[in-house]
Amino acid sequence: MHKFRQNLAHLYTVLFVLYLLTPLVVMSGAAFNDSKLPSIVPWKGWTLMWFGEMISDQRMMLAFANTLWVAVAVAGISIIVGTASAILINSVSGRARTALYGMMISTILIPGVVIGISTMIMWTKLGGALFGPEGKPWPFIPGLHLSILGQVSYIAAMVMLLVLARLQSFDAGLEEAALDLGASHAQVMRRILLPHLYPAIGAGGAVAFFQSIENFNVTQFTRGGADTLTVYVFSKVRSGITPTINALAFLLICVTLVLAIIYEVNRRRRARIEAARQAEARRAEEALL
Amino acid sequence: MQDMLRRYGFGLTLAMCLLVTFWLVVLVIVPNITLFEQSFRPYLPVVEIGGPRDTYSFANYLKVFDGNVDKSLFGISFSIPVHVYTFGLTIFYSMLVTLICFAMAYPLAYYMAKIVNPRSLPTLILLLFIPLWVSEVLRAFAWWIILAFKGPLNALLMGLGLIEDPIRWTNMGYTGVVVGLIYTYVLFMLFPIYNGVQSLDTNQIEAAEDLGAPWWKIHWRIVLPHSKPGIASGSVMVFMLSAGSLLVPSILGSTTSQWFTQTIDQWFKDALDWNTASAYAFLLLLLCTVFVSVAMWLFKVKLSDIAK
Amino acid sequence: MSAGIDLENVCCDFGTFRAVDNANVSIKPGEFFSFLGPSGCGKTTILRMVSGFIEPTEGVIRIGGKDVKGQRPNQRPTALIFQNLALFPLMPIWENISFGLEVRGVDKATRRAKAEELLKLVDLPGAGDKMVSQLSGGQKQRVAIARALAVEPSVMLLDEPLSALDLKLRQHMRAELRAIQRRTGVTFIYITHDQGEALAMSDRVGVMSQGRIQQIADPREIYNNPVNGFVASFVGENNIFEGEVQTAASGMASFSTPHGTFRARLGDLGDKKHAKLYVRPEHTLLSTAATVENAVLVTIGDVSFEGNFIAVHASTESGAHLTSEIRNDGSATVPEKGARMFMSFDPARASILPDANVRA
Ligand SMILES: Nc1ncnc2c1ncn2[C@@H]1O[C@H](COP(=O)(O)OP(=O)(O)OP(=O)(O)O)[C@@H](O)[C@H]1O
Ligand SMILES: [Mg+2]
Repeated sequence: MHKFRQNLAHLYTVLFVLYLLTPLVVMSGAAFNDSKLPSIVPWKGWTLMWFGEMISDQRMMLAFANTLWVAVAVAGISIIVGTASAILINSVSGRARTALYGMMISTILIPGVVIGISTMIMWTKLGGALFGPEGKPWPFIPGLHLSILGQVSYIAAMVMLLVLARLQSFDAGLEEAALDLGASHAQVMRRILLPHLYPAIGAGGAVAFFQSIENFNVTQFTRGGADTLTVYVFSKVRSGITPTINALAFLLICVTLVLAIIYEVNRRRRARIEAARQAEARRAEEALL
Repeated sequence: MQDMLRRYGFGLTLAMCLLVTFWLVVLVIVPNITLFEQSFRPYLPVVEIGGPRDTYSFANYLKVFDGNVDKSLFGISFSIPVHVYTFGLTIFYSMLVTLICFAMAYPLAYYMAKIVNPRSLPTLILLLFIPLWVSEVLRAFAWWIILAFKGPLNALLMGLGLIEDPIRWTNMGYTGVVVGLIYTYVLFMLFPIYNGVQSLDTNQIEAAEDLGAPWWKIHWRIVLPHSKPGIASGSVMVFMLSAGSLLVPSILGSTTSQWFTQTIDQWFKDALDWNTASAYAFLLLLLCTVFVSVAMWLFKVKLSDIAK
Repeated sequence: MSAGIDLENVCCDFGTFRAVDNANVSIKPGEFFSFLGPSGCGKTTILRMVSGFIEPTEGVIRIGGKDVKGQRPNQRPTALIFQNLALFPLMPIWENISFGLEVRGVDKATRRAKAEELLKLVDLPGAGDKMVSQLSGGQKQRVAIARALAVEPSVMLLDEPLSALDLKLRQHMRAELRAIQRRTGVTFIYITHDQGEALAMSDRVGVMSQGRIQQIADPREIYNNPVNGFVASFVGENNIFEGEVQTAASGMASFSTPHGTFRARLGDLGDKKHAKLYVRPEHTLLSTAATVENAVLVTIGDVSFEGNFIAVHASTESGAHLTSEIRNDGSATVPEKGARMFMSFDPARASILPDANVRA
């Protein structure tokens, strides 16, 4: 009976992974089908044509560039804001902590539509109030900079959570030790605290980057006339689609896979090194006794 | 605070406080207050803004009750304002999505936390993460391909002889939307539950087994209560993401499936009436928050348990 | 190089809670001084006041004769070894050791050389490029000491540095720490709740309870002449008899208890008559015949063999439990369970003491 349940669990897991991955495979496969519609049935033969068309699609390339710089900006700002918030939250306690933490977390739960509209309205209204309805200067006009601010408003909370989790494993005694040895506050930050947080900050940066790339709701309401990849793909799906989108999807999935593999290999290498170090520590201990 | 000053000194502490203030005040609080304020003003031509007609009223909110439609549900016919109806269905289907996501994710979360060989876990997690890194629009698009009238799902079912004629999946009410939302958000349920189950001491399960508890009882009395915060945070996430999604309903929706966010989008982009859009957006935020708070109160979980 | 420390009427409050109450102690330059006490008695708080992480609520702290009020930790000539060592896990050993020099702007070559020199001092030559996780517990200990020594402090403050180690290593490191202290001549203030550690290593010990210093003396004095019941119980085992002082003369008193009247040394009871008498188990004798004085008739209970000694548990007629320890010289005879014998003790080895010195 126990064995049976265990096998059932294995089977379920395999099915689940298939469920998650098959749509991606289907979508990638359609990039190579010589058919005007993005599909894998009926199969009309192999082609690389859609990749060529993708590269020559000027709007898509522009959207791609936009997406990248927006994502980099969002990741950069979110890292700074999120890390500062995590350190702050970690240092306050009691009711102030509960209130601050609650407010930060709730930004993740605010629907993107609300964030998008509210950001758009605030900046344009503020511009209107300062400069009148005509000829509002940047940054009070719609555009990707507003998308960045809107995205940061909730992505910073994700970075904050990751950094906070890492902070919880930080021994505050290390900071006191450094202060006791004569380090200045900036030195404590740079040499002791930040190095400990780097892995979480890196992970936070990656999450922020990908969250920004995939953001639709906030961008849709704030972008003005500019495209990002998500918005562009969306408009393509709604109007006439060609499999260029599939070609793009295939490439993105490949990039993701490569990054994932690099990450995993790196993680294993570190785990091995750490295990070797600890084995050495045990040997040293035994040798002494 | 005292502690922070001692650790980081005045300059750094001030810088960090300013950053947090920038985030919470400039990016979150003030925009939302503006949204709230604007939602009470009428939509006017630019020249009339600030003029005599620019006064506060509930008019934008009352638009929700305009335009009744006749519907029948379970054999009962009734007449209901179309936006209220849309909102009701949005909430209903978001709950359905949440429920299905939970049913799908819980067994896997338990498997990952307690059954799988720990050495293969990182690989499994990596596999599960892949769709998460692929953007939402592409995930919805993938299902758009699969569910297409001449698409692979119909081809497969016909090939297996299960159906005679292809089915118009994306024209069956909310089917496409629900399928798409589940695929897009199920992982947001999986990982919080996994974290919850994982922190349960395996000895407790073994002790219960040893005392002769049947497997369902172990889950009901030990695993589920322990992972309640994880389940709650997963459910809140999935529910809010589903109710707030605009992409998936727009791509996978049918002519008969209207999502509340689509209504907001129409006010904003098509009618260019930002004020009514604000009112509707605020309603969405308010009602979802109330709904989630009530659910959290019913299940006795706190906000601080969420997103751990 | 080394400096003395004086605490004068030092108090420390956390809100309404008084963690340290009126501490007065004068530690000599080059001394190895231990604070001994149970968990939560305020030892760490004293250390943190000396190192500057917290300011005393009242009183004066002098280091090398100078009042250090208002000086921040990095301005005091002290170096703290943390309860959990607080080595920086992301830096190699040599950077750990020379961190204090790095933040003072010393160039890399000098730092490296200094680190090597200190590693030799603590008996870890050539370990500079290892990472912290590669070291055993005892080695980490020495790195922590080397790191503290690098800034050439005149006082080292050690907060239970051995508590994370297992028993054998702890005993090994006791000798090591003592040797390093002798070699460097720096004043050591050592904190521990392990009485064996404090007695074995220190020149002098201050025993604390509930924020108050109970007694300051050298280890032998603490063990042999505790000033009150708390010190007596905390630094060793005791047989305790409760009773009343009858007559007293030249430091000795006769003390009446339900088990008979005993003669013993009289501690400082103030004007109290009611007190307790303390006798250590190794200072008792078991015999079949009653001695002239200080004898109690007991029934032998469980006998446990502890290796270097034999613990004999016994009970009096009124049911009080007593313990006697017999040194195992290889031929010691062990009493039979159930036998009735007399337990006796030398009046000079028994003390009548007040309870702990605590706030009312
Ligand atoms: N920052 C603080 N705020 C409030 N109370 C504190 C603070 N630090 C210490 N205390 C209290 O002061 C008392 C003494 O603490 P201290 O850390 O000095 O004890 P200790 O003797 O070092 O104990 P241990 O052996 O457990 O380390 C304890 O009751 C503790 O709870
Ligand atoms: Mg302590």
